[in-house]
Amino acid sequence: MRLSPDEIIFWQSGFVKLNATIVFTWVLMAVLVMASILITRRLSRDMTRSRWQNLLEIIVTGIQDQIREVGLKHPRTYIGFIGTLFLFVAMSTLSTIIPGFEPPTGSLSTTAALALSVFVAVPIYGMTERGVGAYLRSYLEPTVIMLPFNIISDLSRTLALAVRLFGNMMSGTMILAILLTISPFVFPVLMSALGLLTGMVQAYIFSILATVYIASATLTQKPSPARPAGET
Amino acid sequence: MLIDWFTVGAQALNFLILVWLLKRFLYKPIMTAIDTREARIRKERADADAIKADAETARDTFQKMSADFEQARAGLLQQATDDATAERQRLMAEAHSAADALAAQRAKALQTEAQALATSITDRARDEVFAVARKTLNDLADVRLEDRICDTFVHRIQASGDQPDSALSTAIRGTSEPIPVRSAFDLSPEQHAAIRSALHDTFSTDAELTFETAPRLIAGIELTAGGQKLAWSISDYLSSLKASVGETFSARDASQAGPTADADRTQEKVSA
Repeated sequence: MRLSPDEIIFWQSGFVKLNATIVFTWVLMAVLVMASILITRRLSRDMTRSRWQNLLEIIVTGIQDQIREVGLKHPRTYIGFIGTLFLFVAMSTLSTIIPGFEPPTGSLSTTAALALSVFVAVPIYGMTERGVGAYLRSYLEPTVIMLPFNIISDLSRTLALAVRLFGNMMSGTMILAILLTISPFVFPVLMSALGLLTGMVQAYIFSILATVYIASATLTQKPSPARPAGET
Repeated sequence: MLIDWFTVGAQALNFLILVWLLKRFLYKPIMTAIDTREARIRKERADADAIKADAETARDTFQKMSADFEQARAGLLQQATDDATAERQRLMAEAHSAADALAAQRAKALQTEAQALATSITDRARDEVFAVARKTLNDLADVRLEDRICDTFVHRIQASGDQPDSALSTAIRGTSEPIPVRSAFDLSPEQHAAIRSALHDTFSTDAELTFETAPRLIAGIELTAGGQKLAWSISDYLSSLKASVGETFSARDASQAGPTADADRTQEKVSA
């Protein structure tokens, strides 16, 4: 039983290989970029605009609003990274309805790559925003004893990001494959719809968690006001 | 092994490339379009606000101009009313003066007519009185009127002697010139003698008398000496009659002038 599209290898030369994960990722990338180019080629700056432009604007402004709601005051700085995370995962989920298409996020390598990207991006954004010293000092808070725990926390949440997304996508694909062998008609459709839903939720969770991590790394801690007596 | 590290690296690279591509072809154009549209909307709103402000300014200006115009119109109307009132008063004054002049002219004409009538009446009355008196004296006493006039004059001379210190007595006594005696008719020698005798007896004078006929005396006789005059004639009575008739006419004019003035005032109210 095949658990990951990594196992489908089209071409290999030593360490370098071209498996289904990479190829389908390229396909997704091509679709996303081509759609963007096609739609933004004739962008209207007037009050009237096409429905596709409307859709893109809704998506972009929605992502911006989500980033702002998490606490990042300048969402345009982060929308390239976080928005692409969301769009890539969401498009991977949507692509499961195409027969024969293997979603790249069904590969632990892809989710690990995305989690590693978040793992790297968080300190970069934090240092850019707060300065290297201030960011590194945050690992010693509240005490020096917490340093290993903070590092473990970073590593574990990266691992959790990768495994959570992989598990959900892989399980959806696996359940679909198993159901197809048992009852090939109604149930696979229902499970596929359910998989779409959980995939979208995972896309949202993945990008929101990345946003939260970036926000926690970039926001300088301010002394909280003293709580009134009697408040719990 | 579920993780292929080459794939991980390739996917990470793919992801970074995708980030760059989407930034270049998706986020940036969309953001630019949104910013352009928002800027345009802001500009249009600012323009609309400016137009609204201009409209409000124009409205305020128009209201102020309208108020000024209304005020100017009221002022002009008031001035026109005042001018019309002044013109009306001037015309009324002119009409009054014209009416007064006309009334004065009419009163003068009436007075002239009254005087002419009075003169005519006086003349007629005098002539009638003279004729009546003459006829009456002739019919009743069978004596000529001239005789009675002469007798009356003689009596008056004699009556003047009762006041020896009067100016007339002094003048007659003191004169050495002939004393003229004028009469409206020719006196007879007897009448000359009677008058001369009366003068001599009354004033003890030997002055000569010269007798003249003067028709203006109208049935009367007079003598003058030293600037003093003694006379009797119907003219005196006719003068009294004339004065009486004149008073009668004056009273009638006054009674006619009253209703005329009332009528003038009524006419003024109607024209106002």
